[in-house]
Amino acid sequence: MSSTATRALLPPGAQGPPPAAADAVPRYSQYHLVGSRHPWRWAGTALVALLVIGVAWSLITNPRWEWAVVGQWFTAQSVLHGLGETLRLTAISGILGFVLGFLLALMRLSGSPLLVAVSWTFSWIFRSTPLLVQMLLWYNLGYLYEKVSVGIPFTDVRFFEVPTTTLISQFAAAVLGLTLNQAAYSAEIIRGGILSVDQGQLEAAAALGIPAWRRSTGIVLPQAMRAILPTAFNEIIGLVKGTSIVYVLAYSELFYTVQVIYNRTQQVLPLLLVATLWYVVITSVLSVFQYYIERYYAKGAVRTLPLTPLQKARKYLSTHAAGKVTR
Amino acid sequence: MSRPAQTRGLVEITDVRKSFGTVEVLHGITLTVQPGEVTVIVGPSGSGKSTLLRTINHLEKVDGGFIAIDGSLIGYRGKGTKLHELPEREILKQRTEIGMVFQNFNLFPHFTALENVTEAPVVAQGRSRTEARKLGLELLDRVGLKDRANAYPRQLSGGQQQRVAIARALALEPKVLLFDEPTSALDPELVNEVLDVMRELTESGTTLLIVTHEMAFARDVADRVIFMDQGRIVEQGTPQELFSNPQEERTRAFLSKILEPAFNI
Ligand SMILES: Nc1ncnc2c1ncn2[C@@H]1O[C@H](COP(=O)(O)OP(=O)(O)OP(=O)(O)O)[C@@H](O)[C@H]1O
Ligand SMILES: [Mg+2]
Repeated sequence: MSSTATRALLPPGAQGPPPAAADAVPRYSQYHLVGSRHPWRWAGTALVALLVIGVAWSLITNPRWEWAVVGQWFTAQSVLHGLGETLRLTAISGILGFVLGFLLALMRLSGSPLLVAVSWTFSWIFRSTPLLVQMLLWYNLGYLYEKVSVGIPFTDVRFFEVPTTTLISQFAAAVLGLTLNQAAYSAEIIRGGILSVDQGQLEAAAALGIPAWRRSTGIVLPQAMRAILPTAFNEIIGLVKGTSIVYVLAYSELFYTVQVIYNRTQQVLPLLLVATLWYVVITSVLSVFQYYIERYYAKGAVRTLPLTPLQKARKYLSTHAAGKVTR
Repeated sequence: MSRPAQTRGLVEITDVRKSFGTVEVLHGITLTVQPGEVTVIVGPSGSGKSTLLRTINHLEKVDGGFIAIDGSLIGYRGKGTKLHELPEREILKQRTEIGMVFQNFNLFPHFTALENVTEAPVVAQGRSRTEARKLGLELLDRVGLKDRANAYPRQLSGGQQQRVAIARALALEPKVLLFDEPTSALDPELVNEVLDVMRELTESGTTLLIVTHEMAFARDVADRVIFMDQGRIVEQGTPQELFSNPQEERTRAFLSKILEPAFNI
């Protein structure tokens, strides 16, 4: 490692500079940099490792977890179908919820008192009623309003008319309920993010003649993202598990599917474990996404981006490989 | 100062009034700036210098009076006996002819230096990316930052950031450039690199309106110095006239406070 020679600027030892030192720069060339050691860190690591081994051991050896049953159902057709439905619900209501939430946030921050009031009322209603109730209301909309139609008000002219029950399927009720609820929460998250961006940014953009839509989406939103993302991912991860609430509509997503199975087979714990493991997998994958997306939006906000774990590993491997060659 | 005669960039400010709430902060400002003229505005804090600059590109709406650049009203259109505020799109178009440089730079931190410069030409003027890029690199070169084109603002010093901000304002090829205390947020040793860039601009024939506390610079480059106090223009003249022989008591008081004794005119 040749770079250590120039970087080594240790204070001179008590015995003075080494005899070989001729000029100022290579004076310390025979010193080697040694990082400080952390004995307590090692002690802590050992302790935690012991705990983890203990828990893992009990999970593996306790026969009541019935790992064979877990393995049997983990990739069963019906479970995978349920998993697919969970992902579909999460993706659709997550995306629609955040898009609607963005619009609601813009309305809330607009100059129009009407838009502000509408946005506020929306968030107020959907945040103050239980999701379960909203879901059931949507599903039973046909009871309240038999038909949905588009026409001219106060006349008999109808362009289009359908019975509500054919319009609101289980899926539609689930998506509606989850989306509207999600929109109410994400509106506040996005609004908070937008408020965290310096007012001068909007002013500078306006002074440059940049159109309003671009000011929002190109200048303010990317900067707001840094504040929005951690909470938004919290919401999405909550939504993954929150979708399980649609079991009230007998909608066969992951959790409902697992319940149906254990009601039949009576293998409650292992099947709950199957669902749990899948939720863990989804959350883990999302966390990796979160890491990289946050990193993307950090550009320009920090002077230098820290290395990703992959880059660190690569660097570690390459320096160690190089070290072997020179030694 | 002799400069080539300019045809664009005539700024006419007529009896402009502006209130915030019930407090009137501009009490009828009238000022005509000739094309290519360099005007420096000085005055105590709170005298309305920033507000005046911001009314010129309609960042603040006026409550009375008119502002016109090359004969066309800013922000309004005459119709019969009434003035109607222009739709946002038209105002944005007018703003592309007026560049503004802010005290705290206001660069877009998530864009590189070059992206900061090319943003407005692309999205506000509809130029092609390659064309904007070429222009952007030229402008960064002009402010001495070509090699930092891909740096983000936070990776630049204050002086460099302000020079990028100047390049960004120049990218729209404005008729008029407004500077609101461009060096006030800078460490003293960085002030000159920005003033040097601005000095170079005074030769370019763009109309410049500069709010600054850099009196030596004002004396050097200004065609005219305006002294404002409490929302009014108190006195104006060439730097010679205003600094060496102020007529008004308020001007004298201000100058004696701001000019150090060693500063001999
Ligand atoms: N958005 C606003 N709302 C209310 N009052 C304002 C607003 N902007 C400016 N003012 C007031 O208007 C007056 C003029 O302010 P302005 O910023 O134009 O002064 P200035 O001459 O630029 O001062 P400085 O040298 O400190 O920048 C001040 O009294 C200020 O408090
Ligand atoms: Mg000011």
